[in-house]
Amino acid sequence: MTVSERLPDHPAFLWREDEPKASYDVVVVGGGGHGLATAYYLAKNHGITNVAVLEKGWLAGGNMARNTTIIRSNYLWDESAGIYEHSLRLWETLEEELDTQVMFSQRGVLNLAHNLSDAREGKRRVNANQLNGLDAQWLDAQEIGKLVPILDVTDRPRHPVLGGTFQPRAGIAKHDYVAWGFARAAQALGVDIIQHCEVTGFQTSGDRVTGVSTTRGDIALGRLALSAAGHSGVLAGQLGVRLPLQSHPLQALVSELLEQVLDTVVMSNAVHVYVSQAHKGELVMGAGVDAHVGYGQRGSFHVIEEQMAAAVELFPIFARAHVLRTWAGIVDVTPDASPIIGHLPFDNAYVNCGWGTGGFKATPGVGSVFADTVAEERPHPLAAPFALDRFTTGRLIDEHGAAAVAH
Amino acid sequence: MSRRLTTGGSRIDRSRPVMITVDGREVAAYTGDTVASALLAADHPLLSHGIYSGRPRGVMGVGVEDACAYVQVLSGGGEPMVAATTLEVHDGLAIERIAGRGRLPSDDDTARHDTLYSHAEVAVVGGGLAGLRAAVAAAEHAEGSRVLVLDDGPVLGGAAADLPADSAAGRELRDLLARLSGLDEVSVLSRTTVTGSHGHGRLVALEQRPDGVAKRRLHHVQVDQVVLATGTHERPLVFSDNDRPGVMLACAAADYVTRYAVLPGERAVVWTAHDAGLHAAVELADAGTEVVAVLDVRETMAGPLAAALVGRGIALHLRAEVTGTDGSDDETGRLTRVHTTVGTFDVDLLAISGGANPAVELFSHPGGRTRWSEEVAGFVPDVPAAGQVGREVVVGAAAGDLDVVPDWRETLQPPATVFRADAGDPELVFLDPHRDATLADLRRAHAAGLSSVEHVKRFTTIGTGADQGRGFGVLAVGILAQELGRPIGEVGTTTYRPPYVPLSFGLLAGRNRGELSDPVRVSQVHDRVSHAPMEDVGQWKRPWYFPGTTADGLEELDASVAREVRAVRTGVGMMDASTLGKILLQGSDVGVLLDRVYTNLFSTLKVGKVRYGVMCGPDGMVVDDGTTARISETEWLMTTTTGNAAAVLDSLEEWHQTEWPGLDITLTSVTDQWAVVAVAGPRSRDVVAALAPQQDWSAAAFGFMDWREAPVAGIPARVMRISFSGELAFELHVPSWYAAALWDAVAEAGAPHGITPYGTETMHVLRAEKGFPIVGQDTDGTVTPHDLGMSWAVSRTKADFMGMRSLARDDARRPDRRHLVGLVPLDGTSRIVEGAQLVAHGADLTTFPVAMAGHVTSAYPAGHDGRPFALALLDGGRDRVGEVLDAVDDLVPLAVRVTGPVSYDEDGARRDG
Amino acid sequence: MLRIPCPHCGERDATEFHYGGEAGVDYPSDPAALTDGEWAAYLFVRGNPRGWFRERWFHAAGCRLWFQVERHTVTDEVRTVREGAA
Repeated sequence: MTVSERLPDHPAFLWREDEPKASYDVVVVGGGGHGLATAYYLAKNHGITNVAVLEKGWLAGGNMARNTTIIRSNYLWDESAGIYEHSLRLWETLEEELDTQVMFSQRGVLNLAHNLSDAREGKRRVNANQLNGLDAQWLDAQEIGKLVPILDVTDRPRHPVLGGTFQPRAGIAKHDYVAWGFARAAQALGVDIIQHCEVTGFQTSGDRVTGVSTTRGDIALGRLALSAAGHSGVLAGQLGVRLPLQSHPLQALVSELLEQVLDTVVMSNAVHVYVSQAHKGELVMGAGVDAHVGYGQRGSFHVIEEQMAAAVELFPIFARAHVLRTWAGIVDVTPDASPIIGHLPFDNAYVNCGWGTGGFKATPGVGSVFADTVAEERPHPLAAPFALDRFTTGRLIDEHGAAAVAH
Repeated sequence: MSRRLTTGGSRIDRSRPVMITVDGREVAAYTGDTVASALLAADHPLLSHGIYSGRPRGVMGVGVEDACAYVQVLSGGGEPMVAATTLEVHDGLAIERIAGRGRLPSDDDTARHDTLYSHAEVAVVGGGLAGLRAAVAAAEHAEGSRVLVLDDGPVLGGAAADLPADSAAGRELRDLLARLSGLDEVSVLSRTTVTGSHGHGRLVALEQRPDGVAKRRLHHVQVDQVVLATGTHERPLVFSDNDRPGVMLACAAADYVTRYAVLPGERAVVWTAHDAGLHAAVELADAGTEVVAVLDVRETMAGPLAAALVGRGIALHLRAEVTGTDGSDDETGRLTRVHTTVGTFDVDLLAISGGANPAVELFSHPGGRTRWSEEVAGFVPDVPAAGQVGREVVVGAAAGDLDVVPDWRETLQPPATVFRADAGDPELVFLDPHRDATLADLRRAHAAGLSSVEHVKRFTTIGTGADQGRGFGVLAVGILAQELGRPIGEVGTTTYRPPYVPLSFGLLAGRNRGELSDPVRVSQVHDRVSHAPMEDVGQWKRPWYFPGTTADGLEELDASVAREVRAVRTGVGMMDASTLGKILLQGSDVGVLLDRVYTNLFSTLKVGKVRYGVMCGPDGMVVDDGTTARISETEWLMTTTTGNAAAVLDSLEEWHQTEWPGLDITLTSVTDQWAVVAVAGPRSRDVVAALAPQQDWSAAAFGFMDWREAPVAGIPARVMRISFSGELAFELHVPSWYAAALWDAVAEAGAPHGITPYGTETMHVLRAEKGFPIVGQDTDGTVTPHDLGMSWAVSRTKADFMGMRSLARDDARRPDRRHLVGLVPLDGTSRIVEGAQLVAHGADLTTFPVAMAGHVTSAYPAGHDGRPFALALLDGGRDRVGEVLDAVDDLVPLAVRVTGPVSYDEDGARRDG
Repeated sequence: MLRIPCPHCGERDATEFHYGGEAGVDYPSDPAALTDGEWAAYLFVRGNPRGWFRERWFHAAGCRLWFQVERHTVTDEVRTVREGAA
């Protein structure tokens, strides 16, 4: 009988629920991690404190509460590596920045290669990462076996492990702590946090958005920052803008609490296994994305079954673990699996969406970049490549090749 | 001391004793016991410890509502965190107590896990009276309806099975079971817990089979109508030190008597908020427990139940509450004393019942909403909201019907709602014993500003334990509502998610492990080539190389490939090309379709000819390439890359059906119907001639990109003169059942010429020297035909083709796009690495970022001349031939010179032999 | 489990089908006449409503028919099905 250690206590006070005022300099629609981080950096870096974050449900209850918390920056293309690495650096000092624990644990993320094609892609990405100044390594099967002893690196599995990429500075964090930390810090700087306030429409005048209609009344605004993940398409539609987004169910699950067996994050895009063992001891796993559009926060059970088969194949020791709970988020996916950050076709309206499965890790990074874009009324250099017009020019940032499911 | 009663016990078989081991100590039990009942019978109250506090914990419930009795199973390979209240004993079962965390056994799971699929018109979940009534009604009234009853217990009947046989419920149960047994279309799955209701009539269920080869099965059940008769979960009450061994749910305590003939206490206090607790008190008293006091939070009590208590000499205290408990100082910490508002009692059992929560989990899984009902004192299904998927109906106690058991109908008194936000010492009032979460935690969450039940759950971890809040969840919501000063119905519960009870990863994986985890596809000649090391290409296994035997043993990859390449370049080689995707296109409009999906022109292709084509997506990026042969005026045979066959077929089907349904076209996959052996090399004509001497195979009679039908070694074959190696080559297509015969015949006919089998690696070397790209290796979804230097394959005369409009965009015409080029090491000998990034020659590799101009897509240690070479995608590469760059792998540069993509036989002279 | 009613085979698990996204998006009759913006809209922009959605499904592991389904993207309820997927 071994008694476990408790996680650190939350701060004694997190945030209060504000009542909406009649008008704000900036209205951030979407009280998830991105919206809260955006509001925080608007106040902190740009002195814009007359800001409201509008959340239709409970704060950070969307994908922020439903993701598998993987944080890494080892993306293939320069543009992606740029914004994700910016984010990873902010993660590294986030506890001091927010003066709260976020349980950021740099335990390393391993991406497995199961065939020659995976291996080629992995080496290409490692080399690109290294030349972009990121920590990245290619490990062969033996090295992976040493790093993760419970992973079967023999040739027994149906899709054996041939090698993998490893980013030591990558890791996980505690999602709720992050969201609540941003909320607390933003509110301390003057930001209003308004829950249960659903946006039902917008008022516009010429090329400007002048206000939002909500379930708690109309609110006038100076600038609009949409940051609503899976619901961005619906909101942009209310502004008459059709975004290249499809919203899909993405499932995840946890096991019961288990004694420590895994201290590295392991991802396998080929067989859709994304697993880490969280601080309390539960295995946290992400599954594949359902192909169809869905807003029900429910996924298909066969996706879970397939994922379990793949997981047990790689980690035979997992066979006797139990799925305690499954759930689904709504991920908004763009045609090139990269986000959209920048201007909407209005002078004072901006959007940050399309993060698919990659949103959590970008939270501080895109929060600061999007805040800068809104504050300075021009794309931040790290955001510029992700502008909406890339779909017209054809200059896509296609991360499909790097990871069809990016997590 | 045994607490086993000498008679009774509806679920145990006293003729079949079993021995189990608990923490190394033997414990006697009977078949039918659960671990919890066996331990209670052995007066062994301690089952687990608090995860952080280490506090001793016992059994609170009798089923899935128990919130802390989770144990580690050691026998049978072991299993973490199994509920002691539902785990049936068997000989040799060994368990160990744990403190909130399980342990994964390290040895392989060799258990057999089966998944079964059943279909029925109606599924009834729960075999209590309400469920059985529904099952009988469904089967009797809708003739021919298949009805499947799924019940988590070993016997049907639910609460009625625990009532006397001569009670009204007992008589009705007998009658229902008799009627069910006469209905052919009714099936019953016992010990089967429905774990998920996944919408559209799909249930997933876990069947326990204590005597089966597979101890558990997973069921997928598909029905038109789901009847949820899931009953209720007993709700606790709270007070200081509410987690001691000896504190039990009252109905659970009574169930241990009737089901397992176990007396859970010698002396007891019963505290209740509804009638069921009073019934339990009577049952406990009748079984021999000295019930020293019954406390009821309600204001009044009258009628037969009160009379029954009084008749047994039991004091009934109304408006009374428990305030705390004391426990023993020993390791077990078991209950010794109960403090109440009406006095202190020395007892070893405190039986509590705060109400009955309708088991709405399955109703909620597909999106069903609940509402608070004061009459029921619980959350009940809010049915039916408009627009919801309507295949579910809830009946009986799960729907809030308090009248299910006929015997209790007459005397029923309304239940009270009691949550007690002010109960005792908040640090000692446990709201999730499994997670050691307390009332104090809940108050801290509120003080931190949280008001949403979801936030409070996440802050406190209440409801995240192994029971997922089945035990204390609603109680915690009630307390939160009081803290917030809001109605409980407004606060609501957290969302219920599958699975209702934990499911092991291994069970969910089922048989899909090892070889069966993903289908293995092998070609029709696999048994002739299976000695070769294989390369995984999607689901296919393809021969990678054919190591020869040398004095030192088998050749390594490089040596083997060098030998295979030499054979094809100078003599003749043979290769199994059967995995190529093959699509038969029939109809008068095939040419129209091909002109639209290939970048080049196909409709002009003559019968008897073959043409190479490139396919783009609508976005202008290359998605596949291959050849198409015109078999007749109305029949064409397309080949695709091995990995893309299904995608290309689906895409053609999509365009045809959804955009151009008027075209006369039929598409059929014939990948598995035709085997293909490629014979390549300057001596290939000799081999083909030996196989089919009656044919004229000369270049004049049978030109490049011709095909003809001809018997080869007596086998009807289609012979195509196409070449992926640049050498004279013949592809022999035969019906699959001749595959092995053809392979053998080619090998035999080629033997005099030293014919050499070659694998995918050699094929890649040969094609790379010719600058032929591999889609998916030299392309990555961002590459146009122009980037590949294949503008010659892009029509300038067609009005439109797939991707044409995208290729007209400025970005697709930038001169600095990444082009396919060749690379050779400047020193002529160093090996270039696939995946290396290209940077300026001499670039500083210590200051980041370093500008990258492209990457190596394919690299080989030796071509025909024995020297390393590579293909790469390079910014503006076509204009940079001759330039020197560094190919950087793991921050080590290698100087390379840019060449054109073709490094062998640039003028194509060798294809005619 | 999402169930899709194939007009030819009847209701089957969604695993038998491939998803085709929004229905009724025609291939432009003259792509060359479109601006880059119009062409991008055809390539990349599809309906993504929270509610009723007319979408295409392909019975890939069955009769190979493309057809249209009207499905509610929150509840997954299916209310109309019709052959033809233009």
